[in-house]
Amino acid sequence: MTTTTPMLARRGMLAAGATLFATGLFATPRRGLGQSAAPSGPYTLPPLPYAANALEPHIDAATMELHHGKHHAAYVNNLNTALKDHGQLAAMPLEQLLTKIGEAPESVRTALRNNGGGHANHAMFWQIMGGKGGSPSGELAQAIDRDLGGLDKMKSDFNGMGGRVFGSGWVFVTVDQGGKLALASRPNQDTPVMEGQRVLMGNDVWEHAYYLKYNNRRPEYLAAWWNVVDWAKVGERYAAAKAGTLKI
Amino acid sequence: MAFSLPPLPYDASALAASGMCQETLELHHGKHHNAYVTALNGLVESKGLSGKSLEQIVAEAGKAGADGLPVLNQAGQHWNHILFWQVMKPNGGGDSLPGKIGAKIDEDFGGLAQFKEAFKQAGVTQFGSGWAWLVMDQSGKLKVTKTPNGANPVSTGEGTPILGADVWEHAYYLDFRNVRPNYLDNFLNKLVNWEKVEELMLNGGLKSGQTA
Ligand SMILES: [Fe+2]
Ligand SMILES: [Fe+2]
Ligand SMILES: [Fe+2]
Repeated sequence: MTTTTPMLARRGMLAAGATLFATGLFATPRRGLGQSAAPSGPYTLPPLPYAANALEPHIDAATMELHHGKHHAAYVNNLNTALKDHGQLAAMPLEQLLTKIGEAPESVRTALRNNGGGHANHAMFWQIMGGKGGSPSGELAQAIDRDLGGLDKMKSDFNGMGGRVFGSGWVFVTVDQGGKLALASRPNQDTPVMEGQRVLMGNDVWEHAYYLKYNNRRPEYLAAWWNVVDWAKVGERYAAAKAGTLKI
Repeated sequence: MAFSLPPLPYDASALAASGMCQETLELHHGKHHNAYVTALNGLVESKGLSGKSLEQIVAEAGKAGADGLPVLNQAGQHWNHILFWQVMKPNGGGDSLPGKIGAKIDEDFGGLAQFKEAFKQAGVTQFGSGWAWLVMDQSGKLKVTKTPNGANPVSTGEGTPILGADVWEHAYYLDFRNVRPNYLDNFLNKLVNWEKVEELMLNGGLKSGQTA
């Protein structure tokens, strides 16, 4: 174990990084280089923050490459296409756009919901993986004990909820600005961000997330997924949520 | 009576040369379809389904809206997969259809190519999990439609399905990865059992013979 001082310093650095990450990289339109040529627009595919094989053996490299390079990329491209003739919507930060879908022109409403949600969900997803599992610490650990009955109960309830999503969807932990946590699931690419909430973390239970390795065995995937969670990143998101700077 | 998993009407390896590999069929039939059957049997008593036909259960669950979803998910998927296995065959598809279904498709869609395009579009645009369908509506006209998850045109009241393509990712991920349009092209061009589709059209659709 290290002494207290370096841990605090490290925590401070992480929190600063979290704010940048949560407010800048994914949420703000018009920045970064697109990885795919077509069609240009405000959103770009964020690079995977680790190698595609970094989550082996729990999530295989082929799945990661397809999931990021094909599925997520398609959501980004389709989102840009939907925004092409809607400059006002295109200028909004994603977390705001997601709460305005009902007010968008009917012709693009479904595309914004599916692809805006798909972009937000996957951007969050890559960010909170890349770790080695284990357990959260500090305030986040306390919040999990307080609101979700402890880490073991949280995992088992989260996995149960993910297992019960019929068809495609996501299971989430939401966080409010007071730091209170709750479990939620949504179909397809919907997200609690669409209702103005904030997502602390979430797991993709679309079959594309696990079919190559786990086939029909979603519960096995859900159980194994905890081994790749980066709790430090989740902790940064928790701090950002409480600071009001967590976006998507 | 209980619901049961009907055997595949061909060997699990029989469609491999037509773009659907043995592993896909073994998982899809033996794991996915089987899980729907097991789950549905588990609902018979608590949901008061005893004595009802599968078709009746699907239609009633559809009418019940959100309240009917737990039953529709399993019953719909059981029915959908029974149809799905029947409307495929080795070396299916092709461009020369049996006379009556061919003529009806020409009449109602303006040609086979137009039908294929409409069917493929329905499958590609069904976001998330679901099905693309060729149905006969109440007036006897053929139409293309799509439904999410376990729903089908029986549960939505859109008509009598005579052809269905599963567009859940489990149906195509091992063979086509993320490229659903290629799976649908392959389904239409190499897998459809048009003799069976014609028979379903002439006989008023699938009678599963399954009862709770
Ligand atoms: Fe996806
Ligand atoms: Fe995904
Ligand atoms: Fe299926």
